[in-house]
Amino acid sequence: MSQELKTKDIYQRALLAIHKPAAYGDDVDLENFQAPLEAEHPPEITAEDQQRMLEVGITRETSQRSGTFIQVDNRPLISLTRQEGIEVMSTSQALAAYPWLEEYYWKATAVDSDKFTAHAGLNNADGYFIRALPHQKTVFPIQACLYLVREKSIQDVHNIIIAEEGSELNIITGCTTSHQKPGLHIGVSEFFIKKGARVTFTMIHHWAEETIVRPRTNVIIEDDGVYINNYINLVATRSLQTYPTADCRGKRATARFNSILVAPAGSKMDVGSRVFLNGQGSNAEVISRALTTGGEVIARGYIGGHAEDARGHLECRGLILNDGGIIYAIPELKGTLAGVDLSHEAAIGKIAEEEVEYLMARGLGRDEATSAIIHGFLKVDIEGLPENLNKQIDRVVKTSQKEHL
Amino acid sequence: MNLLEIKGLRVSIEGREILHGVDLEIGYGETKVIFGPNGSGKTTLLSTIAGFSHYRVTEGEIIFKGQDITSLPMDERARLGIGLAFQRPPVVRGVKTRELVGTIIQKRGGTEDVGSLAQKANLGNFLDRDINLGFSGGEVKRSELLQLLAQRPDLVLLDEPESGVDLENVALIGSLINELLEKTHPIKNRTKSGLIISHTGYILDYVNADSGYVMYDGKIICQGNPIEILKSIKTMGYQGCLKCLKN
Ligand SMILES: Nc1ncnc2c1ncn2[C@@H]1O[C@H](COP(=O)(O)OP(=O)(O)O)[C@@H](O)[C@H]1O
Ligand SMILES: [Mg+2]
Repeated sequence: MSQELKTKDIYQRALLAIHKPAAYGDDVDLENFQAPLEAEHPPEITAEDQQRMLEVGITRETSQRSGTFIQVDNRPLISLTRQEGIEVMSTSQALAAYPWLEEYYWKATAVDSDKFTAHAGLNNADGYFIRALPHQKTVFPIQACLYLVREKSIQDVHNIIIAEEGSELNIITGCTTSHQKPGLHIGVSEFFIKKGARVTFTMIHHWAEETIVRPRTNVIIEDDGVYINNYINLVATRSLQTYPTADCRGKRATARFNSILVAPAGSKMDVGSRVFLNGQGSNAEVISRALTTGGEVIARGYIGGHAEDARGHLECRGLILNDGGIIYAIPELKGTLAGVDLSHEAAIGKIAEEEVEYLMARGLGRDEATSAIIHGFLKVDIEGLPENLNKQIDRVVKTSQKEHL
Repeated sequence: MNLLEIKGLRVSIEGREILHGVDLEIGYGETKVIFGPNGSGKTTLLSTIAGFSHYRVTEGEIIFKGQDITSLPMDERARLGIGLAFQRPPVVRGVKTRELVGTIIQKRGGTEDVGSLAQKANLGNFLDRDINLGFSGGEVKRSELLQLLAQRPDLVLLDEPESGVDLENVALIGSLINELLEKTHPIKNRTKSGLIISHTGYILDYVNADSGYVMYDGKIICQGNPIEILKSIKTMGYQGCLKCLKN
């Protein structure tokens, strides 16, 4: 197929899917949002914006970053790299520069998955292109910020991340918004982890009470590749649905997903992680922590074992601090072969009085004991978290605890 | 004045009376041991002194350092100088042993190094683990004593510190207890007091107690020399204690 035909094919398929509801999550009427506009002039980033970006791990101190990308609404604003062998550009730039990129574009994620991918496809969504050349390793994390400014509009993002053979990438993506008005974020991310490559991808969401969020992430992992995904959302979000999916198609490919969710009243979060173990000896670990102070969380997890010696473990823990909070844990395992080894554990509960009193017996006050326990619940030992995230967790623990007492 | 005085203590759990009037006192620098069959109320007594909400005092009083603490919140009791090593402590997921021990030291205004305290309890490699998660029986006991070393209570309550501990480690447990109780100090200089529950009495091979009690069905039925009491329990069982009581 010629390039032109391919583009036409993507467009056609997107067109057919533009009304197709997603498999999960509340349906969203795209008509309620303004069509994405081309901004006349590039927006300015104010000090206030910078503060918001800092909350999601995006710093101006780029000396501690191997690369930086910032997109405001639908317009890439900054893309720079500070390290040889590591490429950071906008997806549109990359498509123009690399004809071969067609082999990756909409190849991990199907453009007609649902109305959200279709919308991104129809609007030629821009986003970041990050690539590590063979055997190159990021010294510092690469930071990418997706910033939603225009009210009542749709932000379409399409990211492509390629870790060539034997390379290593560490990426922090922070998503946030400047306003409390309704807005819809659609984010498509396609990851390609080549032989022996390793990618740590940390996504921090800090939306607002009226934001609707629909990320679409697919990861393809080849032989001995490693993909680590950390997803953190500690603040109110009207409606969030995402179900990132990794295809461990290579031998001994590894996928690890960690998610930390805090749902205040008025939030609805449907977050899962799905791994298909298609390569011999491939393995997966999915860990999620969900805490509600009144919001609703659906914590999904799926591991499919379809190859010899595939191993996977799912762990899902929920903590309900207030009445009105709902946690629905749905861990799923599917094995289609002798010799797969899959397991899961799920638990939902409240703060155990026995544990609180245990700490009190050592002289901690009730508040201190409770916050130590909530803190411990949320602080999964995960690699690659930006430094200021701990402070944020501290803050969230404090507010959750106040609501609890 | 004694460090601890318990008078006519009746305690219920979920409406059922477990302790039927217990009197007990412990002087400054004194160590006492309580024997008694399973289910006789030993853990209930210690937990009530520590102030767990599950244990309801219906009658009687607990006086500590001259103050009535019967209805004092448990963290205040801890700050007053009461420390308890649990028989079966809960797992606290996500809270690291290092964090907790550090917090305890800090609360007391101490300056000890967490690492060297942990070395003492042979738990140097456990500091980055969640409290009690996957600990063996002996490790749980040593971790309890480590926390008390950090807390340095004036009244050391030990609930079966040797149960589930292998022989090699009983000596270590014993020496940690002796440190907590200042047993190496001359008798007249000791300020720390202890109340030790022992089902088996093995711990008396390592730790000296000044006197012993026998608890039976929620009451203290006998008091005397701990070694003598232990010997008679070993030869005649608790039934022997009951017979002795009748005569
Ligand atoms: N949490 C509890 N709920 C109900 N009953 C309890 C609880 N803890 C202890 N008991 C009861 O109280 C009695 C005394 O228990 P305990 O103090 O643990 O005895 P000991 O430590 O001497 O073995 C027993 O009959 C036990 O079943
Ligand atoms: Mg007991």
